Amino acid sequence: MTSVILVSMIMSIVGVSTPILLAALGELVAEKSGVLNLGVEGMMLIGAVSGFAVTYLTGSPWLGVIAAGACATLSALMFGYLTLSLTSNQVATGLALTIFGISLSSLVGESFVGLTVPSFGAVFPAGLSENPTLRLIFGHSPVVYFSLVMTWAVWHFLTNTRGGLILRAVGENDYSAHSIGYSVIAVRYAAVAFGGAMAGIAGSYYSMVLTPMWAEQLTAGRGWIALALVVFSVWRPVRLFFGAYLFGLVMTLELQSKAAGFNFAPPEFMAALPYLATVVVLALISMKKRGATAAPACLGRPFKPAT
Amino acid sequence: MTEIDRRSLLAALGAAATLATIASPLRAQDGPLKAAFVYIGPVGDFGWTYAHDQGRLMVDEHFGAAVQTTFVENVAEGPDAERIIRQLAQEGNKLIFTTSFGYMNPTVKVAKQFPDVFFEHATGYQRADNLAIYNARFYEGRAVIGTMAAMMSETGTAGYIASFPIPEVVMGINAFTLAAQKVNPEFKTQVVWVSTWYDPAKEADAARALMDQGADMITQHTDSPAALQAAEERGAFAFGQATDMSQFAPKAHLTAIVDNWGPYYVKRVQAVLDGTWEASDTWSGMAQDEVVMSPFRENVPAEVAAAAETIIAETKAGTYHIFTGPIYDQEGTLRVPEGEMMSDADLLSMDWYVQGVAS
Repeated sequence: MTSVILVSMIMSIVGVSTPILLAALGELVAEKSGVLNLGVEGMMLIGAVSGFAVTYLTGSPWLGVIAAGACATLSALMFGYLTLSLTSNQVATGLALTIFGISLSSLVGESFVGLTVPSFGAVFPAGLSENPTLRLIFGHSPVVYFSLVMTWAVWHFLTNTRGGLILRAVGENDYSAHSIGYSVIAVRYAAVAFGGAMAGIAGSYYSMVLTPMWAEQLTAGRGWIALALVVFSVWRPVRLFFGAYLFGLVMTLELQSKAAGFNFAPPEFMAALPYLATVVVLALISMKKRGATAAPACLGRPFKPAT
Repeated sequence: MTEIDRRSLLAALGAAATLATIASPLRAQDGPLKAAFVYIGPVGDFGWTYAHDQGRLMVDEHFGAAVQTTFVENVAEGPDAERIIRQLAQEGNKLIFTTSFGYMNPTVKVAKQFPDVFFEHATGYQRADNLAIYNARFYEGRAVIGTMAAMMSETGTAGYIASFPIPEVVMGINAFTLAAQKVNPEFKTQVVWVSTWYDPAKEADAARALMDQGADMITQHTDSPAALQAAEERGAFAFGQATDMSQFAPKAHLTAIVDNWGPYYVKRVQAVLDGTWEASDTWSGMAQDEVVMSPFRENVPAEVAAAAETIIAETKAGTYHIFTGPIYDQEGTLRVPEGEMMSDADLLSMDWYVQGVAS
């Protein structure tokens, strides 16, 4: 396999894995605080369409990404209001958010079909980012580097900071945290908003970097994969990173082997392979330790203080 | 004042609701003809479904207030489809178009239950007294782009992003390859099966993988323009699917096979209005303008455009049939003898590939 193909494959892997990683990181923080937000797919689409629209109208991809994060955060806050302040069922509300996001993005996106947007410039100077081999490290879009930084940031926040400790406490035992004096609802609002922002940026990656166009349901179900990844990674950011890249790796390998003519399994099985591989590998790793009991204890439960 | 308890209130509401539902069909018999369309993907896919919807809009424009059309998009093949088709029939639609191969069994089932409603199924093969089938000879368009691909390719390999191995897709791959081999006998078509009709990110990745492996002409049987964008960024050439996709890839897009369903839909609606509707089997192509090529872009050299125009003219005149023997399959067996043309029935059940196809 020549180095050209290898470089191209790795760029592909990064392209597939980055948005899933971003959306999953956001959902991980939300779930760690005890809120199960199934609306990731909807928020990603809202981010995708708003990022595309703002970039097209203003000409600046940076404004677009910020708008994508902001619009998805608004939708997440709407979800938060319903589930945290009005204590509605989180599963049902999350699914409703998904359907809402799909439809709203179709409606808004109708006038943007058939258009294309300017891309981000390269982050590093042309000598590094366009070099055939060095572009593996230096030639990615800013969103990719953002995702790598955020993986570290989320891990650091959750394990080493006081804020992360409070967040985890709220997710494990909300009544105890409440009795100590922490505002459970405020912490959960912040976590849900963060989840929305990350999902929005992840969605904008599809419409602005990966396939610079808007088409309905552009994310084609990747939000659900991100959701599943959070669970299968046992709510651990490092494992999540590994799972997202494993998914990207197997999906790229599947397409490359088909393109090269290696058909060692029926194509339908090959298409299912990325999902199967990610699930199996992560489940095997997680089986040894706490496994299913590693979920935040209050996940999905509404918080209704007695007072 | 009488006490209204919950039980009697619910009974009264239930009676009122039943009366309302029984009464409404009585009103729906007069008024415009209701026609419904069931789509596999979103109208905004700018591909297969978009083309069908353009046909529906032509019906709206042509008949105005005499016909009322509705559509349901993103209907998954399977039990969901059956439920939606049945609901459309129950809502008073007299003519229902189901626009994907996978709707065949649901349409057949619902057609049995509603003998007074007319159904039209695209790209299928089962008919009934009230179920017609229709299709377009897309392979005629594939022959044109196959010729263009072979004339413009420098590597002699084309990448073909295919969805599912159904006869329609297989026909397209074979027609493309046969036409290319008339220009370059060593031409190869590398096929990648993506097992979906619509997944932009996956189609773009498949295109990149094919280009990595040496293809410099990309064509597809999936519904989004993402593969064209991938071809554009690598400097390869590509063909649009179902609609003109040139605004997504101005340098890469050469031409597209455009599905022109409007005239057929107008004809069928007219037949229902006239009372002459029959369960027909229509398979039209370029001669009936159901398949047209989008305008050739400036990046198509003059002799390639001329060759393509010749094939289009001969196809319309009936003198060019791409599936004329001798045709050999991948194992080298002679499937169609010299001079013989493949029958429609053979084409519709095609499950083998010609030599030069790496599937």
